[in-house]
Amino acid sequence: MGRYLLRRLAFLLVSLALASVVLFVLLRLLPGDPANALTSVGASPEQIAAARHSIGSDRPLPEQFTHWLGQLTSGDLGTSFVSSLPVGPEVTARLNVTVPLTLAAFVLAVLVAVPVGFVAAYKRRTWYGAVLSGISQLGIAVPVFWLGMILIAVFALNAGWLPSGGFPQDGWDAPAEAVRSLVLPVVTIALVMGASLIRYVRSATLDVLGSDYLRTARALGASFPRAMWRHGLRNASVPVISILGIELASTLLGAVVVESVYALPGLGSLLATGIAQHDYPVVQGVLFVSTLAVLLIGFAADLVQRIIDPRLRGRLSGGAR
Amino acid sequence: MTPRDTPPGPLLDVRGLTVRTDDGRTLVDDLSFTVGGGERLGLIGESGSGKSLTTLALLGLLPDGMTATGSVELAGTQIVGAPEKRLTAVRGRDAAVVFQEPLTALDPLMRMGRQIAEPLARRTGLKGRDLRTAVTDALVRVRLPEPDRIAHAFPHEISGGQRQRVALAMALACEPSLLIADEPTTALDVSVQAEMLDLLDTLVREREMAVLFVSHDLAVVAKVTDRVLVLKDGRAVEEGPVLDVVTAPKAGYTRALVAGARKLESALDLRSPR
Amino acid sequence: MTLPAAPLKETEPSKETTPVSRRRRSATLLAGCSLTALIALLALVSLVWLPFDTDDTSGGRLAGPGDGHLLGTDKLGRDLLTQLMTGARIAVQAGLGSVAIAALVGVTLGVLAAFAQGWLDDTLAAFLDILIAFPTLLLAMLVVAARSATLGSAILAIGLAQSAVVARLVRILVKRVLARDYITAARTSGTSWPRTVAAHILPNIWPTLVVNLALQFGLAVLAEAGLSYLGLGAPPPNASWGRMLQEAQATFTTAPAGALAPGILLVVLVVGVNLVADGLRDTLDPATRRRRT
Repeated sequence: MGRYLLRRLAFLLVSLALASVVLFVLLRLLPGDPANALTSVGASPEQIAAARHSIGSDRPLPEQFTHWLGQLTSGDLGTSFVSSLPVGPEVTARLNVTVPLTLAAFVLAVLVAVPVGFVAAYKRRTWYGAVLSGISQLGIAVPVFWLGMILIAVFALNAGWLPSGGFPQDGWDAPAEAVRSLVLPVVTIALVMGASLIRYVRSATLDVLGSDYLRTARALGASFPRAMWRHGLRNASVPVISILGIELASTLLGAVVVESVYALPGLGSLLATGIAQHDYPVVQGVLFVSTLAVLLIGFAADLVQRIIDPRLRGRLSGGAR
Repeated sequence: MTPRDTPPGPLLDVRGLTVRTDDGRTLVDDLSFTVGGGERLGLIGESGSGKSLTTLALLGLLPDGMTATGSVELAGTQIVGAPEKRLTAVRGRDAAVVFQEPLTALDPLMRMGRQIAEPLARRTGLKGRDLRTAVTDALVRVRLPEPDRIAHAFPHEISGGQRQRVALAMALACEPSLLIADEPTTALDVSVQAEMLDLLDTLVREREMAVLFVSHDLAVVAKVTDRVLVLKDGRAVEEGPVLDVVTAPKAGYTRALVAGARKLESALDLRSPR
Repeated sequence: MTLPAAPLKETEPSKETTPVSRRRRSATLLAGCSLTALIALLALVSLVWLPFDTDDTSGGRLAGPGDGHLLGTDKLGRDLLTQLMTGARIAVQAGLGSVAIAALVGVTLGVLAAFAQGWLDDTLAAFLDILIAFPTLLLAMLVVAARSATLGSAILAIGLAQSAVVARLVRILVKRVLARDYITAARTSGTSWPRTVAAHILPNIWPTLVVNLALQFGLAVLAEAGLSYLGLGAPPPNASWGRMLQEAQATFTTAPAGALAPGILLVVLVVGVNLVADGLRDTLDPATRRRRT
């Protein structure tokens, strides 16, 4: 296990380095001049050149890259082209919204999806099993922003129980308000994420229910709950965990639409404005932090899977796929 | 066989067992047979003849979408239509099964020792160190070398033959009155098959256990049973002592079966230098 | 008693499979096809006939049904039904276009990646794993930002983003096929690689692939709606359902029709293709149990 951990960590670092190179090059390949965002329409060539010089985008690419890398190693994500503010603190501020939002939605989705998915599989021949499957089928087809709109209309505009959007100016210094403003976004994400998780849990449960080892256990006198507890849970969890990792990572980044619906100052909206304004340092910073998160989550998911499934030992990455 | 208040009548009494799917196909049709205490019956038939389903129906383990009708009495307990709780009490104690595919029949995520310990503990009530010793004993009894290594291994880490021995050890750990062996050697290498059959034969004789041996292979069945029941398309076509069926088959299907086996035998005789 | 082994037939399958009953299987497919056909019909009709011009703002703002406007008008006075119909066209276009790109790029990359060995294999697998963790929408945002916000950009963006998902799936499927004996046989008998791929690999992976592409179609439709909602999709007067929803958000309580209808159609289309995918999976691949793809 120790050797594996070392190898897997080395792999993580190499991936991160590779990803940052790819990120940097890809962003520079995109057409569009960041200087445009700094100057007014119809600016003279001299003004544009001055703007380029001030943000350093007139220097050769390798130099820009080493500069960025140098900053990174000292924990500095650079300075925004547009606002001239450091990117790092901005990203941290946004993470304070996005991370609680994502984690709460993730936990809620798992708490709902695991029992529901199990029942949908176990009782698939009854009417409520079919209804549960149908609901999850519907859930994965609903656009997340539309669901958000409906929840706002019902619970904020009509009932007036919760704010329709925004995040308190004081952030987490106003905890009650902050929590209230996150309730609807969390529910929105959790419903959509839960719907797709239900399908995975259901299919993993079906695999277990049809498995020979479960039949063996029961044939030798184990009761069904006992056999499920001893054999079913672990076996079903292996594929589900790898999906959980991917879902968590993509929600962290994919919260952009929900943040937009609820006007939340999260990581996603920072990225959206960054992209729109060709603000490379901001885009780079957000994507770098996101990649790091994706890699770390993947690392954790791999580790848990290896602990559960002895057949995976000897493979560097990836679950039971 | 463990001495218990033996109910009158045979250990296993199957009458008019019929298995149907939800969409109306009949897979096992009006099957009747008995297995007495210590008796060894072979159930023979080709793939799709319903023999594996029969074994599952005996324990109330039919897959979803299939239902059994008729009567299956195992040690005096009616299996057909019995509630899950009564079935759980019967399974393992009165009848235990060794399935065909040892790789999938064992939990891939659990060490062998723990898998054997489960039915063993249920049967004997042993715990802790005593249980561990009993697990090692169970592995030794099925002639597994290095029982401690096997107990710590996961299914994918040992050979197919070793896996099937573990499966046999699990079934025997229940000390059932009836051992149901569903094609226990089919998935194994030919070289290992004979050993496995021999082991099964010996262990069952020692315990005076009744056996229901299911196979598509006449020669294998002939080796370990006294009486055979020939199945075709879910129906019994012939039943009788092994010697009678092999030397003087009555049903046309059985004759073809025996002829096929003989043909292969003579072909092999011609080839193998004496 | 020494008869040699005389197997009647090959080894018996260890368990008799219980396929989903045929009736339910075809019901799924039928329901999916009907829902999808409904939207396809709207889209097809929109090509030859529309109740109003797409930029006809004569209807009065947020008018209710009546006066020739079957479903009423939006806040600029445009006919709602007209917009829904053009929206259907855009949604279908987005789905088909993205899936075509994803299939082309994804299958090519996936097959190539499947032939990689050793560390290259590990690296490619990890790279694809990282890539798919980035949501389609996010990758699409990057592409759209680089180009202009048009339907073409959105389709290209979504298609490219989905290529990673398809490539990852194809890589796994092809690896599984490559591990089988007859491929080794084909290789040793001197069959060339392109022939092996065409004759042995593609026929073996296409059922799973088609099912997955159908699912990708639904995801592409949702992603296009998301992009349009963010203002990164087809520009006006093309009415994408996503942009219609964004425009109707402020007037949800006063004029709910405009904020509900596009969403309902989106759900109908996506549920439709998902049901088609489920039905196809059971029909094309009855042997394999439902498996996560």
